[in-house]
Amino acid sequence: MKKKVLTVDDSRTIRNMLLVTLNNAGFETIQAEDGVEGLEVLEEANPDVIVTDINMPRLDGFGFIEGVRRNEKYRAIPILVLTTESDAEKKNRARQAGATGWIVKPFDPTKLIDAIERVTA
Amino acid sequence: MDMNEIKEIFFQECEEQLAELESGLLKLNDGDRDPETVNAVFRAVHSIKGGAGAFGLDDLVSFAHVFETTLDCVRSNKLDPNQDVLKVMLKSADVLADLTNAARDGGGVDEARSKQLIRELEALANGEMPAASEAPAAKPAPALVATPVADDEGFQPIPFSFDDFGGEEKPVEPFAPTCEILFHPKRELYAKGNEATLLLRDLSRIGEMSIRCDMDSLPPLEDMNPEEAYFSWKISIATEKGEDGVRTVFEFAEWDCDLEVRTVEEDHEAEAGKDELPMQPVPFDLSILDDGDDDATGEADEPAAPLSSANTAAESNVVPIAAASRAEPSRSEARAAPAVQQAAAAANPAASAASAAAAAPTIRVDLDRVDRLINLVGELVINQAMLSQSVIENDNTGVSSINMGLEELQQLTREIQDSVMAIRAQPVKPVFQRMSRIVREIADVTGKSVRLITEGENTEVDKTVIDKLAEPLTHMIRNAVDHGLEAPEKREALGKNPEGTVRLTAKHRSGRIVIELADDGGGINREKVRQKAIDNDLIAADANLSDEEIDNLIFHAGFSTADKISDISGRGVGMDVVKRSIQALGGRITISSKPGQGSVFTMSLPLTLAVLDGMVVTVAGQTLVVPLTAIVETLQPEASAIHSFGASQRLISIRNSFCPLVDVGRILNFRSTQADPVDGVALLVESEGGGQRALMVDAIQGQRQVVIKSLEANYTHVPGIAAATILGDGRVALILDVDAVVAASRGQSLKQEISLAATG
Repeated sequence: MKKKVLTVDDSRTIRNMLLVTLNNAGFETIQAEDGVEGLEVLEEANPDVIVTDINMPRLDGFGFIEGVRRNEKYRAIPILVLTTESDAEKKNRARQAGATGWIVKPFDPTKLIDAIERVTA
Repeated sequence: MDMNEIKEIFFQECEEQLAELESGLLKLNDGDRDPETVNAVFRAVHSIKGGAGAFGLDDLVSFAHVFETTLDCVRSNKLDPNQDVLKVMLKSADVLADLTNAARDGGGVDEARSKQLIRELEALANGEMPAASEAPAAKPAPALVATPVADDEGFQPIPFSFDDFGGEEKPVEPFAPTCEILFHPKRELYAKGNEATLLLRDLSRIGEMSIRCDMDSLPPLEDMNPEEAYFSWKISIATEKGEDGVRTVFEFAEWDCDLEVRTVEEDHEAEAGKDELPMQPVPFDLSILDDGDDDATGEADEPAAPLSSANTAAESNVVPIAAASRAEPSRSEARAAPAVQQAAAAANPAASAASAAAAAPTIRVDLDRVDRLINLVGELVINQAMLSQSVIENDNTGVSSINMGLEELQQLTREIQDSVMAIRAQPVKPVFQRMSRIVREIADVTGKSVRLITEGENTEVDKTVIDKLAEPLTHMIRNAVDHGLEAPEKREALGKNPEGTVRLTAKHRSGRIVIELADDGGGINREKVRQKAIDNDLIAADANLSDEEIDNLIFHAGFSTADKISDISGRGVGMDVVKRSIQALGGRITISSKPGQGSVFTMSLPLTLAVLDGMVVTVAGQTLVVPLTAIVETLQPEASAIHSFGASQRLISIRNSFCPLVDVGRILNFRSTQADPVDGVALLVESEGGGQRALMVDAIQGQRQVVIKSLEANYTHVPGIAAATILGDGRVALILDVDAVVAASRGQSLKQEISLAATG
């Protein structure tokens, strides 16, 4: 059974990269373009792990993570933050919002898969 | 999809982001202080940086980074985006665009300029605030978080079970220091989706370790809160990665647990011996195996959340219910990991396509496909017309059902045609946005202060038209700023706002797009234009020209009124080229100018280049199509209005002015003798250079929208003919190139033409 990853990112480039990387690594990938859409598709997507960007229109990554953590069914799902922000402050905020871990861009497929492996069994 | 395709997508996205960036900055420039505008601007730069990083486009990344840092200051209200700040930012946006283009197409960028802007951006970020508050974004992140996680971890995708704790894969290096770890998760750790077992698993990958679980704080079952964290672990690990390596494993969790890591320098054996009581994970594993669950996949997707703390029940003698319920999923998940790896090896790219992007409001289609569709619809239109015609010809009984069906078909066809054309329609926004950069650059060079106002940028027009619009528009904008607007001092002396305004508007008007470019400069200096025309032998010294005619002189080849040829407009490209490119698009350009108040250039363009509204005429038995846009009026000449002029020229007098008469049949060599104008119809057309001509044709058949078929692509270029089309009766009709016909009829110097117009 393939593990399902929900990715939330407003950049088409990154979305495509995530899709290719995750599919090549044998994951099933569901994609959303911002936090609002991410929350909308959450139930239906029923993911095993979530990878989300921080800077997004409508609802940013912080808000999205908080939204997921409020969801009774998905509140303990691993959420990885995918962002170029390497400064501690942003990570800290993501963590406070409930992020499980993070992947620092630039996007590196090995790092991504590795981080997903780390937070999922 | 491979990396190159994604890179292509990246550059497309960059263009969109750059447009977003610029329009956002311009909004801020206009005083918009909506935080969402600032956010959008920030996001645009941020996205470019993110993608560029993935492709290793370092120049782009480093510039975007500095830009982003400064924008972040604006976002966090540390920097007020006043006009000066925005000026730097708009220039930075230009450089960012240059860098993006250079990354895509190769070629260099103005490094001095980008370095200069980096300095200016940094100054803005630093100057306006205490250094301390600016620092976080710019300086390297603290060691804890910056330590690359994956790079040096060397994770090997081996099938894993808890039996592997302390496995043989990584023999202890002779110098591997031993670390003592005290790990006490808090409940938040589980609430954020982290897992003590997974962390321990990760830890096992960097060295040989022994674990002891401390369960002292575990309350009796009835008092137990399944979400609370009760256990802590004491781990002794020998790893060459040392303390840092250990901390890296706990990177995600360090805030949500008590973690003590210390390196044991000596006495390793003794310490280990003391700690290395029977390894706790072993019974843990056995207890689960006894459950006899071999189907690794069966349990993997069961939600394991609520009991997240119970997984700490590592020993089989702890409350069996809790241990089993939590342990099962975690073990089966552990088994699922290798399964995933296998799946990865055999991954079928096609299989993944189905799960691709959810709910996309737009799709991207190759232009080729759209063009093919447009072509097919063109054929459909022709076919439908032919069908109608043959039904009319062959069936005079007028069976109403057939006729009604045909009418419906015609309507549907027209609707399909319109819809397909709409696919190609794009807002003029990208072109308009490019113009604001042009304005900035010229304003800089000329030392003028200019404000560009754009309106109707969402007006849609065929993509081909948009693509071909950029060049003439660029040139006109340059002219407007360079020649149109006065220098700031002069404006001030005249009581005008020292900042000049250039207004660019687009709107739809009766099936065409009208683009207006207005400046509030000095208007056309008619005396100067006239003198110049005389100097250049364009007109006779005593020619009596109307204001409009003088204005139109600027469209003549090689005409430039700037006293000295400036760097901007003096590139040998004059308004004549602009006019020709507009006409090549089936458009017209007119000018109206008021001294002291400025000039307005109005361009009227067709919405599409695929169809054309034409007047179908007969000339010497041939059917021709004359573009409707070229025709000013049609008239039936009377014998008294025709005047001979020179050897073979004839003029027609229309409302007390004379207009050369052009026999289309003669020009196209359909006949060798001149037809009698009285038997035909005159089409008054406006030609290149503004002069009017009367084209003589034999008869008018009617007006029709025709599908343009390139003659060059299917046959070869024919002088005087622009393209061809297929009419309802299946015959090919040629579309007249009005300007070429007029030019062929002229055969004389420009000077004569002007004097003729002047005497008219």
